[in-house]
Amino acid sequence: MTIHAANFHELRLDRLSRDFGTHNALKDVSLTIKKGEFIALLGPSGCGKSTTLNLIAGLLPATGGGIWLDDKRIDPLRPEERGFGMVFQNYALFPHMNVRRNIGFGLKMRGLPKAEIDKRVDEAAALVRLQSQVDKLPGQLSGGQQQRVAIARAIVVEPPLVLMDEPLSNLDAKLRLEMRAEIRRIHNTLGATTIYVTHDQEEALSLADRIVVMRDGEVRQVGVPEDLFSRPDHLDVAEFMGFRNVVVGRVTSVDGGVAQVSVGSASVTGRVRSAVAAGAACHVAIRPEDLNPSTEGGLKATIISTEFRGREFVGFARMQDGTDLSFLAHTKLEPGTSVTLGADPERVLVFGGGAA
Amino acid sequence: MSAVPDTIPLQQRLAARGVDGLTLLVLPAVLFLLALFVYPFLYGLVLSFNPKSGGALANYTKFFSDSFLYGTIATTLWLALPVTFLTLLFAVPIAFRVRLLQHQRLLTTLLVIPITLGTVLVAQGLLNYLGPQGWFNRTLLTLGLISTPIKLLHNYWGVVISLVITGFPFTFLLTLSYLSGIDPALERAAATLGAGPWQRFKTIMFPLLLPGLAITFCLSFVQAFSVFPSAVLLGAPAGPTRVISIAAYQAAFEEYDYSMASAVAMIMGVVQLGIVVLILSARGLLYRGPAGGGKG
Repeated sequence: MTIHAANFHELRLDRLSRDFGTHNALKDVSLTIKKGEFIALLGPSGCGKSTTLNLIAGLLPATGGGIWLDDKRIDPLRPEERGFGMVFQNYALFPHMNVRRNIGFGLKMRGLPKAEIDKRVDEAAALVRLQSQVDKLPGQLSGGQQQRVAIARAIVVEPPLVLMDEPLSNLDAKLRLEMRAEIRRIHNTLGATTIYVTHDQEEALSLADRIVVMRDGEVRQVGVPEDLFSRPDHLDVAEFMGFRNVVVGRVTSVDGGVAQVSVGSASVTGRVRSAVAAGAACHVAIRPEDLNPSTEGGLKATIISTEFRGREFVGFARMQDGTDLSFLAHTKLEPGTSVTLGADPERVLVFGGGAA
Repeated sequence: MSAVPDTIPLQQRLAARGVDGLTLLVLPAVLFLLALFVYPFLYGLVLSFNPKSGGALANYTKFFSDSFLYGTIATTLWLALPVTFLTLLFAVPIAFRVRLLQHQRLLTTLLVIPITLGTVLVAQGLLNYLGPQGWFNRTLLTLGLISTPIKLLHNYWGVVISLVITGFPFTFLLTLSYLSGIDPALERAAATLGAGPWQRFKTIMFPLLLPGLAITFCLSFVQAFSVFPSAVLLGAPAGPTRVISIAAYQAAFEEYDYSMASAVAMIMGVVQLGIVVLILSARGLLYRGPAGGGKG
């Protein structure tokens, strides 16, 4: 394998900002990415994740802050001078060039001799398992194959950084799983550094070494997938990580990292994730799979419906104040009946703020 | 089994081939085309083989034996081809620039105004502007760049300038629309792969634009080839800009020989068709698929 990643230590975003007119798409984003890392930028659409990627690639000029590759400032450089590989959401393959010329394009622009280009294109095509397709035009390939060409084209130039902008969003569910594994395999094989933009938290959790959760143009939390999944610092992040049940309550007591919260007439115990004080309003977040019908007291609600999901039932219920809850049950529950839902305090998160 | 009829109703078979009630809507257009294009064309064709005197081919023999007549083909080509190239040469870079502008509408409107003015008004303006006492020459004289006025009217250059001005908006608009059809992500992808502006143009944008440019060339060429008003108003219609349409006009309205005029018109059509076929068959060698970068 002669294709390997270029050498550097770290990429640093220093208070990076971008305004579109009056709209602040990105506000003071600072982030350090180490060589070899797989970083996922995760967030809902409009959170600034694609803007961040375009700023790193040089496709958009920053309106504040800087980007540093080790001790070299790269944000004044044009995209063609940065030499990062980028995989676009719609692949952006050159439709008039066959797969071989598409993959070899970056090498040709670097003025490499033809023999060298051919050799490396063959290797890249082998890496993405497209050896037999190199003479076809992109239009003759399936979506998954086009995506592989786009990846091969980006990595064949041995970029210090591979940028991927929602590369799997145009593929069907099965192919998406396959390509996800493929992308991670290629990343590991090359020892590449990858920044991967996605709005799919499952994709981010399964692929990334570290996840950067973004919201409204700001970084909310950075962490390894396990941490973000079980210990989100923000209610936003928690909601994004599958804590779909959010109820409003009032803190009755705080002891160490554990808080007692009264919700209506019920009382819930949970782990404190952001500053709370006794007597103040708070939010309680629970994953549907951690919320089950209970005999030991808990949130009282009325069943709206249940759906059969194979091993268990997913139930939907409404509390007296109108908050909807979803939960997991082992038996089918009749709509209209009352239910008491409880959760393991270890798996209940309490966030300060909110009005109750 | 035999109860099933083995013939499909005619109506259904026609519908499968795209012929149904809606097809009737094409009738007005067909009638229009027949009345205003096919009939006059065939009438002219037949007329051209019925000369005032001599055999069926007498008009054509006359045309190709008189240098004053057959010379007009070269004269017209010598005007129309450079003018078409020039308009494309202006239109392509301007379209590349305008495509990136925020106030694209405003600029496009400004550039398109000459289309609405018409050839005669432009010619009238140029007569004033480019004349020996016009602003153009006076400015150059005042600046001391020239000592005698440059002659830009009533010769080849007058016609070229006016044709470029009147032909440009059309060429530009067509080029701009072809250019807008190319996925902007392709250029960005090329940039991230290390291609500078010139390489991006040369390897990505131009090859994808070329099939569209070929069509633009044909349409602009046909427009320029049938030049008449500016050749008369700004050119030297007796000499260097005696274009083929002037020959047809003179045959029809000065010699009252409609048969000869029809023959000239037919020859004009054949020359145009020849160039267009040449360009389009060259275009057939190019990549003509979608100019997008993959799935939408």
